[in-house]
Amino acid sequence: MNWLLVVVGGMIGAPLRYLTDRAVQSRHDSVFPWGTFAVNVTGCLVLGLLTGATAAGAADSPLRLFLGTGLCGALTTYSTFSYETLRLVESGARLPAAANAMGSVAAGLGATSGGYALARALCA
Amino acid sequence: MTSPGTDHAAPRATPVRRRSARRAQAPAVAVVALGGGIGATARYAASLRWPAAPDGFPWATFWVNVAGCAVIGVFLVAVTEGRRPAHPLLRPFFGTGVLGGFTTFSTYAVDIQRLVESGRPGTAGAYLAATLSAALAAVWLAATAARRLLSGRRR
Repeated sequence: MNWLLVVVGGMIGAPLRYLTDRAVQSRHDSVFPWGTFAVNVTGCLVLGLLTGATAAGAADSPLRLFLGTGLCGALTTYSTFSYETLRLVESGARLPAAANAMGSVAAGLGATSGGYALARALCA
Repeated sequence: MTSPGTDHAAPRATPVRRRSARRAQAPAVAVVALGGGIGATARYAASLRWPAAPDGFPWATFWVNVAGCAVIGVFLVAVTEGRRPAHPLLRPFFGTGVLGGFTTFSTYAVDIQRLVESGRPGTAGAYLAATLSAALAAVWLAATAARRLLSGRRR
């Protein structure tokens, strides 16, 4: 059962990332990989909310496996984030590359903490 | 997932064109979902095999992310710079689906936050910096090695 929850979550999260990336990338002309940035920060926010709800005793283990390990895990990506950063460096866009690396980590951590605090406040 | 320079710029859509564009995307979406299920399962297996202590360094996620970055470096160079054109569904399936589902940014961020919360800011900082630098080094080294192999074979 646990495995099934992770599989189904992953089968939803990955295509959500694919479709979101395509939608975001078709709406701007800059070199910055806003699509991956958007899914990573969104996934961090959702997982932060889930972790806060878990800490408050409001999220059970099946929900964590489905939404956290499966869906958020597959919605977010480190491999594409790294590859896109490398591509920016290789194309000479060093500043956007550094902004992508630092900005993704900072925004991801901000979204996680914000989600965590919000869920704890709501579930308390 | 996609990289800068891929063909995202679709023509401005009429409803009919939008519907047919959506239908044309269906095979890619299906293989991304299939790959995502496989990748997420492999990551879950790694987390069960090497469980992290609540206040310890999350080694399983660290190695999952670094390995995924190394593999995507080789894979995308082979697919985009190889001599023979790859099947159009190979990149969505393996790159976007399997590797994207295998690696994770959200667990990385939440683990950092959890380490800070449990009074281990040093471990949190080390994990933050180690994953970022190892992942970027892995994708760079892997892509460079793959490129060298490809050009060696061409000569």
